[in-house]
Amino acid sequence: MQLSIPSKEQAFTRDAYGDALAEVGALYKDVVALDADLSSSTKTAIFGKKFPERFFNMGVSEADLMSTAAGMARSGKIPFASTFAIFGAGKAWEMIRQSIAYSSLPVRIVLTHAGVTVGEDGASHQMLEDLALMRALPNMTVIVPADAVETRKVIHAVVDLPGPAYVRLSRNKSPVFLPADYDFHIGKATVLREGRDVSLIACGQLVYPALEAAEILHSQGIQARVVNMSTLKPIDADTIATCARETRGIVTLEEHNVIGGLAEAVSRVLAARQPARLHPIAVQDRFGLSGTAEELLAFFGFTKEKIAEQTRAFVASLGA
Amino acid sequence: MSAPSLSLSAVPTPPSSHRLSPQDLALLKKTAYELRKDVVTMVYRAKSGHPGGALGHLDVLWVLFAKFMRHDPRNPKWPDRDRFVLSNGHTCPGIYSVLAHFGYFPREDLWTFRKMGSHVQGHISSKHTPGVETDGGSLGMGLSQGKGIAMATRLDGRPSRVYVLMSDGEQQEGQTWEAAMGAAHYKVDNLCGIVDYNRIQIDGPLPQIKDVAPLAAKYKAFGWEVFDIDGHDYEQIYDALSRCGEVRGRPSVIISNNIPGKGVSYMENTYKWHHGSPTPEQYEQAMKELDAVIHSL
Repeated sequence: MQLSIPSKEQAFTRDAYGDALAEVGALYKDVVALDADLSSSTKTAIFGKKFPERFFNMGVSEADLMSTAAGMARSGKIPFASTFAIFGAGKAWEMIRQSIAYSSLPVRIVLTHAGVTVGEDGASHQMLEDLALMRALPNMTVIVPADAVETRKVIHAVVDLPGPAYVRLSRNKSPVFLPADYDFHIGKATVLREGRDVSLIACGQLVYPALEAAEILHSQGIQARVVNMSTLKPIDADTIATCARETRGIVTLEEHNVIGGLAEAVSRVLAARQPARLHPIAVQDRFGLSGTAEELLAFFGFTKEKIAEQTRAFVASLGA
Repeated sequence: MSAPSLSLSAVPTPPSSHRLSPQDLALLKKTAYELRKDVVTMVYRAKSGHPGGALGHLDVLWVLFAKFMRHDPRNPKWPDRDRFVLSNGHTCPGIYSVLAHFGYFPREDLWTFRKMGSHVQGHISSKHTPGVETDGGSLGMGLSQGKGIAMATRLDGRPSRVYVLMSDGEQQEGQTWEAAMGAAHYKVDNLCGIVDYNRIQIDGPLPQIKDVAPLAAKYKAFGWEVFDIDGHDYEQIYDALSRCGEVRGRPSVIISNNIPGKGVSYMENTYKWHHGSPTPEQYEQAMKELDAVIHSL
């Protein structure tokens, strides 16, 4: 795959979600959207404007949002339920467990404003535990798109999924770097760059800085493979095992707590299939703080320079 | 239990009046007490379960299924069926006995209640039991789910009505009121709530733990049509269910004042029987008492 780095364009993944939701709404008459008073931020308002009879604002009632979506799915609707990640995956977790996941109902839980890049709103709004919470639910598919292109493809891919899906989106603009003909399949990782020394397995907003870090590493004589692991569950164990076999170590990158997210999903595969050393780049079991998205990405070590630096040290620690 | 002679067509004719004939009444009551025997036997054989609520709401549940619900045991997923959502999933022996009565599954399955591999789980589960529409156990989610079903069937232009049975303890859950507010806002008039107002919960009498009164005033204030009835008076049950089917432009709720443990003297009005199973002596006594009512009709 040939990728343009640096990417010229930046876009909101949630804008791509709003547009894609309207697209699938036009294709499937049973698609309904539910929100909890944040439709202008989650962009479900785009769908609401186009299909007002199929859009339901539940008000500031996240528990009711999830269980109502479950009821609609039971009656044959294709519900997309959206709010901020902290309120959906956090506050309404038990409703997702009991009303949606237990019966494997096809509710698409698309939550925005995840991760530290929510920014100035601070720790209360920076959801860093959602991947752990959603991965732990039986029947749940968990997807973190890397950019606006992938977000659109993910929404089209989950629309006729028979069970529930969690799609994690962000608040800020991020680089659009995947080509328009990029092929997304649920449960399939994509190798974006080849390399034999180390594998950078990333999801979401950290895929692009991982690619940039690989450029830096290349100039320093380290060949890093970069993998977009957009589906965390079911995880692409074959690609992880191949990386473990063909490179000397694995670095995972996620804008999430180090506990329960991508690092643990990958390490489970390594332990079972193909042992390898792993260095997780993640939020190290702490809460966030207020700041701009850029400041926070730097603070948590998610810039291309810091990723390259950590990877170089990790590769050095692996020995000859 | 012998097959009932009561007319149990899949699609009952909508009631033309709000009154039951004396013959209907006697037969309904007789069957309700047969079902109570099943409930007590299930809990007795499982050595655990929640008999208090199930016995308390059985009259209203039975009249609902026998006279109002449009459903078809041979086609449980009939798209135009009415839906029954049990929000207080711990009281499931009641609905299990009703569903077995209609032939959704063999009555013998009732005796596997709460056991490994059973179709009838400790709390209701749509995955395991034919005729069960939702999952329940964690309280407070049923009204939202019922509202979602009702809104979806309305979108599809189906005639289905959705009945959600809730416990009074669930009225302490915030989500119940999120759903109540939403149902009124969206004018979900094919939704009918039924509150099993039996005034007991696990830790004791409900008014002592956290009172939910005045319940009727609360639902009225939330924009609902409210029917406040004696949940053991078949005329009142029949009348309320008839009228809630006629309400337009808003959801309706029947506050069914029920005696927990109804029909078994030592269980009645005793919060300790919210859950628990009878001893062999207590079981014999319960069967005798329930049989006495059946034979008196």
